[in-house]
Amino acid sequence: MNTTNQPEYAIEVTNLCAHYGSRQILDNVNLQVRRGEIMVIMGGSGSGKSTLLRHLLGLNTPTSGTIKLLGKDINKINTKEMFDLRKEMGVAFQGGALFGSMNVGENVMLPLSEHTHLDQNTMRIMSRMKLEVVNMAKFENLMPAELSGGMVKRAALARAIIMDPKLLFFDEPSAGLDPVAAVELDELIIRLRQAMKMTMVVVTHELESAFKIADRLTVLDQGVTLITDTVENVRNTDNPRIQSLLNRLPRDDAIDVDEYLERLTGR
Amino acid sequence: MGSLSHHSVRQVIENFGRTSIRAIEELGYIFTLLTESFYWMIFGRKHHQPVRIRSIFAEAMVIGVRATPIIIIISLAIGVMMAIQGIETLKTFGAESKVIIGIALSVTREFAPLIVSILIAGRSGSAITARLGTMLESQEIDALRVMGINPVRYLVAPLLLAMMICIPALTILGDFMGLLGGALYSAVELNITVAIYLERSAAVLSWNDISQGLIKSVVFAAIIVLVAVSNGFQVHGGAEGVGRATTRSVVLSLTFIVIADMIFTFFLNR
Repeated sequence: MNTTNQPEYAIEVTNLCAHYGSRQILDNVNLQVRRGEIMVIMGGSGSGKSTLLRHLLGLNTPTSGTIKLLGKDINKINTKEMFDLRKEMGVAFQGGALFGSMNVGENVMLPLSEHTHLDQNTMRIMSRMKLEVVNMAKFENLMPAELSGGMVKRAALARAIIMDPKLLFFDEPSAGLDPVAAVELDELIIRLRQAMKMTMVVVTHELESAFKIADRLTVLDQGVTLITDTVENVRNTDNPRIQSLLNRLPRDDAIDVDEYLERLTGR
Repeated sequence: MGSLSHHSVRQVIENFGRTSIRAIEELGYIFTLLTESFYWMIFGRKHHQPVRIRSIFAEAMVIGVRATPIIIIISLAIGVMMAIQGIETLKTFGAESKVIIGIALSVTREFAPLIVSILIAGRSGSAITARLGTMLESQEIDALRVMGINPVRYLVAPLLLAMMICIPALTILGDFMGLLGGALYSAVELNITVAIYLERSAAVLSWNDISQGLIKSVVFAAIIVLVAVSNGFQVHGGAEGVGRATTRSVVLSLTFIVIADMIFTFFLNR
């Protein structure tokens, strides 16, 4: 039972529809993420998972439907409320999105220097603490261009958690990483949740990573939610489209290459 | 045949309509950027999101201070060229000494603000578009937005302020160097000292002449930043898109600067 007057769900998406021009990307998507859980959003390319994430972050405006973060409808609240809400959110972008003109330490400190009145030393100590969490403390003076892909992602994660957010979003955290770095990052995400009790939403198409870190999974396909359930139940579902995604099989309506070539060459 | 020409006329009208709508949209976007930048400059502190002085200084350093050597060289060269052309032309009428008036007025009213702005549009305008375009493509602008940092307040307002301070300052420098260039050549050709040349130039110039150049330079500064930013914020298509936007930004800036110059010259001299 909810005794703290806080809504049970940290994130509530209701009947979300989104279009790019005339093309529908999301079709009546519903999603509830409980406080403190790790929800993984999965799907193949073009399934709409990145668009869903952009809507959750308030970067895109939906055609219809509602998105509530920590009980607030992000498309109805005013600029001041949205500004306050953004301080409760952290995002680790796919490519890190570190600012090339700042070193790692300055990148991590940026939200503090913009949103707090702390002195430079305190901010530096705080940023070093977060960099230690992601095992990047000794690289704080390096520029983003001098970092490997895994290091960029870890530095971006340190920046995402610098304000101790209640909601943490990841966009393809293990994409482009070697298997060892990917496993390390997955473990870091799990450790972070245990340590900081954040609600996390992870968008990924990496099955292994998804099964490892998720409390629950939601699977999108062509803008439609196929299932939202625990890892076990998603694995055991007999939905053929989910099974083909899990078993990395081509879609039923995918073009047969031989047939296509035959039609093309007329042979 | 008739239907073909009817079809092509329709297409021409359609294309014209589409281009006009895009141009109006872009002008609207530029106006929004300008308004939003001034909003953050005035009310930023109230929203606990001030336009940082250190960002303005950092931008001013890149736009203004580092451009000083090139402005000195070009303005000096233009002053010398004007003196060569002026003396040669006025020789026909035996009025070489009047070159001082011609150079003083044309440098302060016209050439200094125009040349400085063209140089800065090429040097800094292109860099601004490329920087913002790359930031957009690498999701840095998205990162700012989700961190609750308004990109116009954080990136555009300091640029605009720095440019509106630097270009007039560089124009004053350009004024002086242009006059000095004219003085150096005239000293040799007309046998007058540099000091006397500058003294006569000062006697010819009124505050109205200098302010005309300065007013123009402030407008040109706004044009450079707003065109560069609007192109940078609309980049799509990766590195190639950044390149395309950068070229477009410089071409549009130069076009708008020259057109604005013509309009200002017309109204300020009536």
